[in-house]
Amino acid sequence: MTEGAGLISSVTSPPVADRGGSTPARGTKFHGLSDARLLEIFKTMYTIRRFEVTMERAHLAGDLYGPFHSSMGQEAIPAGVCAALRTSDVVTSTHRGHGHAIAKGAELGPICAELWGRATGYCGGKGGSMHIVSTEHGFIGQSPIIGGSGLLATGAALSFDLRGDPLVAVAFLGDGAVGQGVFHETLNLAAIWRLPAVFVVENNGYAHSFRADEMQLNPDIASRAEGYGIPGVVVDGIDVFSVYAAAETAVERARAGDGPTLIEAKCYRWRGHNLGDAEHLYRDRREVEEARRNDPLHRFRQAVSGRLELAALAGIEAAVDKEIDDAARFAAESPFADPRTALEGSF
Amino acid sequence: MREITFIEAVREAQAEALASDDRVFIMGQEIGSYGGVFRATQDFVRRFGGHRVRDMPIAEQSMLGAGVGAAVTGMRPIVEVMFMDFVACGMDAIVNHAAKMRYMSGDQLRAPMVIRTQGGSGTHHGSQHSQTLESWFLHVPGLAVAVPSTPQDVKGLFKTSVELEHPVLFVEHRALYRTTGPVPDPVAPIPLGQGVVRRRGEDVTVAAVGKSVHQALAAALEMEEEGVSVEVIDLRTLVPMDVEIVLESLSRTHRLVVAHEAVERGGWAGELVARVVAEGFDELDAPPLRAGSKATPIPFARELEAAMISDERLIARRIRESLDLAEYSE
Repeated sequence: MTEGAGLISSVTSPPVADRGGSTPARGTKFHGLSDARLLEIFKTMYTIRRFEVTMERAHLAGDLYGPFHSSMGQEAIPAGVCAALRTSDVVTSTHRGHGHAIAKGAELGPICAELWGRATGYCGGKGGSMHIVSTEHGFIGQSPIIGGSGLLATGAALSFDLRGDPLVAVAFLGDGAVGQGVFHETLNLAAIWRLPAVFVVENNGYAHSFRADEMQLNPDIASRAEGYGIPGVVVDGIDVFSVYAAAETAVERARAGDGPTLIEAKCYRWRGHNLGDAEHLYRDRREVEEARRNDPLHRFRQAVSGRLELAALAGIEAAVDKEIDDAARFAAESPFADPRTALEGSF
Repeated sequence: MREITFIEAVREAQAEALASDDRVFIMGQEIGSYGGVFRATQDFVRRFGGHRVRDMPIAEQSMLGAGVGAAVTGMRPIVEVMFMDFVACGMDAIVNHAAKMRYMSGDQLRAPMVIRTQGGSGTHHGSQHSQTLESWFLHVPGLAVAVPSTPQDVKGLFKTSVELEHPVLFVEHRALYRTTGPVPDPVAPIPLGQGVVRRRGEDVTVAAVGKSVHQALAAALEMEEEGVSVEVIDLRTLVPMDVEIVLESLSRTHRLVVAHEAVERGGWAGELVARVVAEGFDELDAPPLRAGSKATPIPFARELEAAMISDERLIARRIRESLDLAEYSE
């Protein structure tokens, strides 16, 4: 229980940052977003945070199993990017993909059930945490083969291009993906065919235990875009409004037929690579604590202070807390995956 | 009946697929205005447009991976891997993505795609342009593997493959490209997993695919002169594999030789032999034997290649060994 304590900063329980001094509010531009849309974005971010905390606790309690990759601290990126998308646009993701699924609109109950290996999960228990799919929400797959999500999105963008569909494919990738040869092939292909794709690299500072700056001399991943003749943008991945602004520009550019964009969202991975990771072997606890002062949820609250009523945010928090409890209960009460389905669905 | 070459059959099969289904498109190297290094897509850009016959950078991983992404979002790509050796560069897309999308997603995603490639020895392309690697793919659930031996089978198997809901690896032996055969019009689709008896015989059954079928038929002629009657079965596809047709044949011949150009060690012949032994042990009067290539890279020089490659002479020798007319030797 104590493992997750303090991770859900809320208006009623002050965020970590408030205990150790304030973080300057940098994101104060709303990019024309209405109050309703601001609240939606907040809801997405808060849902991701609360989901990760709840599932982590459930995992520690033994309710679910298998590798668990938390996206805590990175909530602003899926929330900001997906706010710029339509339901029929598609998103591909990585091993750290719960937040992407949630932001794209997938339902919490079937996501939870998939993590818990239940028959009611999106994939009937065949996928698990690293393979959530909800085609009806345009969430068309995660690839824990580092870099793989970029190709799935590029192929989807190729489909849209061939059919003349005005749709966009977004690939979320991690900084580790940049080391894969396929990253180069993917960006080049999307660029030469001017495909309606957006590549969002969540640079959370670590590829498992490797610091990003140990594995690449060029610290700015976005600058690689120049090599492919496409725009590259660096954004503060903690600031949802910066993320949204960059995504909106990239998505509109893609939709207009002007080709792909590479967005690098700089952020910090609050948790280890996976639950149970031996983090002490490669990073100092104080580094994590320091980074957590820069909480995307807190940054949002600071930014909207004076524009939105705190009560509205608190109302959203309460509603989300209940939704996630309901989703966890749905998973827990769902039947286990049926062994009779194990041999079905390959061909 | 019309006679066409094997490569003409490949070309016609692809053209018919492009003409009949807007979702079909082709990706590959040199396939556009160049028309394919083996002319499998000659004149396609003019007929179908460059957007549907797409020249690619030399980047197999992205070619196959983008093919998977397109397939799961409603298209039916044909991806041409110029030499089978190059599938190694795109294995992740085939093995980790294409083969598993449908299963992992609980049947929300499907990856209907045909991965066309050609390989094999005999043209002195050296170790990295001559391999026969289809056995790799039997080991990955979710992939079908077709290995046609005649122009008619090319068209019949392709027609089926391009309409399936899962990926199919379509393997051609380039030594067959200039061979000819009769082709009815239209060609009926051939279901995957349905072998065919190419030659009736009574003493020994030889099971093979692709070019090895022709070598088995040549070996059968040679054995006929020695008074041995050989039945030749063309499995046509390796996944699914028509074990039944082999068992039926064995109920008459009771002796089996499995021939493939692939390296014998770890090759698909082992899978067929294991299943025959498990399901038809009582029918066997002799140990089932494999006629595969020696476990060495394929060399350049003619004399070296002849010393390691599986051919009609090796198949004939295995037939004699099966009949105890010769002593078994590796």
